[in-house]
Amino acid sequence: MAASCVAASELLNNIKQISVLCPKASYAVRAVSTSSPQCHAQLPQRARSAPQQLVGVVGLEIHAQINSSTKLFSGAPVRFSAPPNSLVSFFDASLPGTLPVLNKRCVEAAVMTGLALNCAINRKSLFDRKHYFYADLPAGYQITQQRLPIAVDGVLTYSLLGGKKRNQVMRKNVTIKQIQLEQDSGKSLHDDVRSQTLIDLNRAGVGLMELVMEPDMSCGEEAAAAVRELQLILQALGTCQGNMSEGQLRVDANVSVHRPGEPLGVRTEVKNINSIRYLARAIDYEIQRQIDVLQRGGTVQNETRAYDSKSGETLPMRDKEGLQDYRFMPEPNLPPLILYEDNASLPTGIDACQVVVVQKIKEGLPELPSVKRDRLVQTYGILPEHSFTLVNEDGLVDYFEAVLKTTKKEPRKVIGWVTNELLGHLKQEDMSVCQSPISPSALAELLELQETGHISSSVAKQVFQKMWRSPGKTALQITQEQDLGLVSDTAQLHSICQKVVDSHPDEVHAIRSGNKKVLNKLMGLVQKETKGRADPVLVRAILQKKTS
Amino acid sequence: MSVLSLAASRTFRGVSLKIPRMLFSLLPNDGYSITNLHSKRISWPQSHGANTTRLLSSQPLNQKIPKVATWEPVPEDQLPPPAHIPADLVDKLERLALVDFRTKQGLACLEEAIRFADQLHVVDTTGVEPMDSVLEDRVLYLREDAVMEGDCAEKLLQLSKSTVEEYFVAPPGNIPLPKREERTAMLKNSEF
Repeated sequence: MAASCVAASELLNNIKQISVLCPKASYAVRAVSTSSPQCHAQLPQRARSAPQQLVGVVGLEIHAQINSSTKLFSGAPVRFSAPPNSLVSFFDASLPGTLPVLNKRCVEAAVMTGLALNCAINRKSLFDRKHYFYADLPAGYQITQQRLPIAVDGVLTYSLLGGKKRNQVMRKNVTIKQIQLEQDSGKSLHDDVRSQTLIDLNRAGVGLMELVMEPDMSCGEEAAAAVRELQLILQALGTCQGNMSEGQLRVDANVSVHRPGEPLGVRTEVKNINSIRYLARAIDYEIQRQIDVLQRGGTVQNETRAYDSKSGETLPMRDKEGLQDYRFMPEPNLPPLILYEDNASLPTGIDACQVVVVQKIKEGLPELPSVKRDRLVQTYGILPEHSFTLVNEDGLVDYFEAVLKTTKKEPRKVIGWVTNELLGHLKQEDMSVCQSPISPSALAELLELQETGHISSSVAKQVFQKMWRSPGKTALQITQEQDLGLVSDTAQLHSICQKVVDSHPDEVHAIRSGNKKVLNKLMGLVQKETKGRADPVLVRAILQKKTS
Repeated sequence: MSVLSLAASRTFRGVSLKIPRMLFSLLPNDGYSITNLHSKRISWPQSHGANTTRLLSSQPLNQKIPKVATWEPVPEDQLPPPAHIPADLVDKLERLALVDFRTKQGLACLEEAIRFADQLHVVDTTGVEPMDSVLEDRVLYLREDAVMEGDCAEKLLQLSKSTVEEYFVAPPGNIPLPKREERTAMLKNSEF
């Protein structure tokens, strides 16, 4: 409990840091990116020119807690931060005589996740026992699927933003080797002072999907983008809540380095990573560490290392000595898990509550993030990178679409307001979209004022700021109260323009001798004079007349 | 023996059920074992023998599998050489089992058990799909995702020797077993 609180507050800090470091960080992919020379070393052009360069190879093992009401093999509830040992059945405490009873929801979640990741779903899968001794694993073994997992051979497609302006969408694939169902362990709290360990079995037996990814990635940024995409997919499916700080999504990274074309190097396993940003940092640190070791003439040890988020380093864990023998054996208390392709393949007389039909789950798959992004780009004509921003931020797509419903402003113009103004403010104050003090309809009203020419775009930004600080006031109220309406009184504008022209003879001379660009400077001066409220079209016409 | 044969409603099920039981009780090797050397020692009515398809096996029943349980002594010369158990392995087994058995009697018992199991090496199993479980043809029951239990912290904590608030208390980390030399010294002083 204490440990999880620490993790949560650390995460809050991260979010703040992200927004401080890059206030315009409008999407997670950019926010988690770090400078990673290794990553780009594998681009084809560079690889050819520097074939001897060491590059990183990254594979991931991800444990995703299944979003279910009860545990994988018992009817005890699943809940985060409940009083210790209040969610423990006799089976979870492995009392003698108890037997596992498989939760149908967990099976369906794993199948759904497998389908979303283009896996082959095994019609038959098996359960095995994996043995190790630890106080938070009371049975002395974990039930998992080692020999024949529920889903195999899938692909996760994710995108990176590359190019100089980081606006080029690069699509990448990572192979999902398998998805297996398994039990979570309990939690240990180490009390070093009294030299004892406190055990909470609330988490013991919660259903996990372990996703094993092949080492298809080459740097922290790629791994972070892949995990972010997976997180979005799991959340869209509802099969896992994907909150890393609460341990619902736990990522271990297998990292090695080699020269392209040569066999893979000795790998280390990096654990204890509890945010996507730390994932990128831990991997890049580890790649660089291994390169340094090899360049000094040393050898990389096959070991487990823990990431220390304070120092940004990975440190060897002294936990395991040598290779561990898990003594895998078939789980004798669970017959094979059989799934059915469609209703036609059901055996006669079988109870409908007792079967999982793959076809039925396939039909119920929701819109996946990649499809949603494509739809947004096509429907609204926005840029692909904007679709990333919208989908990456929980609730932002709904917000954007709600704004569009009540304004005639073009989606391509609305997107900037949502991804820069709104998201920038939210990030700065560490708020989620649903906490925004400005509702979609309020923003739509503001944009409508601008669109109909009542206020200029720079005034609209001022009004937005004021709306943020005084929620409840409409854009129209603020505009009227502060007298921010667009000045389109021709006589008034004429006199202001005249003043500017009179006080800047050099600029006027330059314009007259052909340098038309200088007119923009005069326009700026007029806007300054009117606090951005002057109708730019009118001002330009007036100034052109006065300087011709 | 006839009791064993009757219990074996399917020949291979009989195999996997009976051998572990014998290993558990560490019966001395009586020279008899189950093989599939096409022995016709026991003939079984064909109606029973035909009932041998494995519902969940991906292959049809292998020709090598006899239709009925057969029993035949395995001569010593057909067995692989007896396994020697190195001290390190004894160490590991003791650690895993949390049972000390390194006395002369204990080691002899283990070696006998291994020798008994060695007979399995004689059985030709190439191309035979292993069983996952003797329950492999049973339907795996699926439970609805509804809370049924779990609110019993008090009852569970009562079972523990040591608790703090609502936590179980365990020693810090795993306690490493003493080194082999130290254990030998300890064992000398124990009753075992």
